[in-house]
Amino acid sequence: MSLSVHFETKQHVLLVRLSGELDHHEAENLRNDWQDILSKQNLKHVILNLEALSFMDSSGLGVILGRYKEVKQQGGEMVVCSISPAVQRLFEMSGLFKIIRLEENEAFALETLGVAS
Amino acid sequence: MKNEMHIQFSALSENESFARVTVAAFITQLDPTMDELTEIKTVVSEAVTNAIIHGYDGFPEGLVHIDCEIAEGTVSISIWDKGMGIENVDEAKQPLYTSKPELERSGMGFTIMENFMDEVDITSIPGEGTTVRLVKHLKKSKTLCN
Repeated sequence: MSLSVHFETKQHVLLVRLSGELDHHEAENLRNDWQDILSKQNLKHVILNLEALSFMDSSGLGVILGRYKEVKQQGGEMVVCSISPAVQRLFEMSGLFKIIRLEENEAFALETLGVAS
Repeated sequence: MKNEMHIQFSALSENESFARVTVAAFITQLDPTMDELTEIKTVVSEAVTNAIIHGYDGFPEGLVHIDCEIAEGTVSISIWDKGMGIENVDEAKQPLYTSKPELERSGMGFTIMENFMDEVDITSIPGEGTTVRLVKHLKKSKTLCN
């Protein structure tokens, strides 16, 4: 099962919805597409919806951390939502929750960033 | 009864999902929990990715080998390559350490392996290759009635 990526913008927020499996093989394309959108559009924050992500390994952590740094540099925030217990363990292990806020779902995450759903 | 499985494949990133799915399919006969299956798929993915990125450094002619053995609820997996090896294994095992930050590696591979498996043993000889041996004792999934 490969990765499918869906980008959507809502005001100043980039919504990134991932479904399938995120490993090293899929990481490079995701990185390129994600970087491309962030550099071309005037977006401040990122919401990462992982509801349909069935598998992730440390390669996924690397891509997420890389985008976090870019968003942070622009004064924005990264929020992750709808995370599975397995992916949540990887986030906890690597300390990502210290820098990336966790919210229960996309609607609530949007609300916390000032976007009415 | 011992039951073993061996595969070898080209050091191509396309084969990472093949490797973890194949190992997972082999161990399902032990009736693992979903969590155990996810943990094993994750560590296989980590070790195979290391072999491809670091061992062979993008040299696809290299072969990654997996030897898997199941016996009485214990899974033993050796993932090995004949790549460039690791100069300093202790350094490589440090959380967040990576020799390839430009590739956005998180440096969490060995930490994840150590968290998800009962035993992790890394043997590496620079210029000859690396073997990662991973062992996990599965919990008995069948509930005993008293």
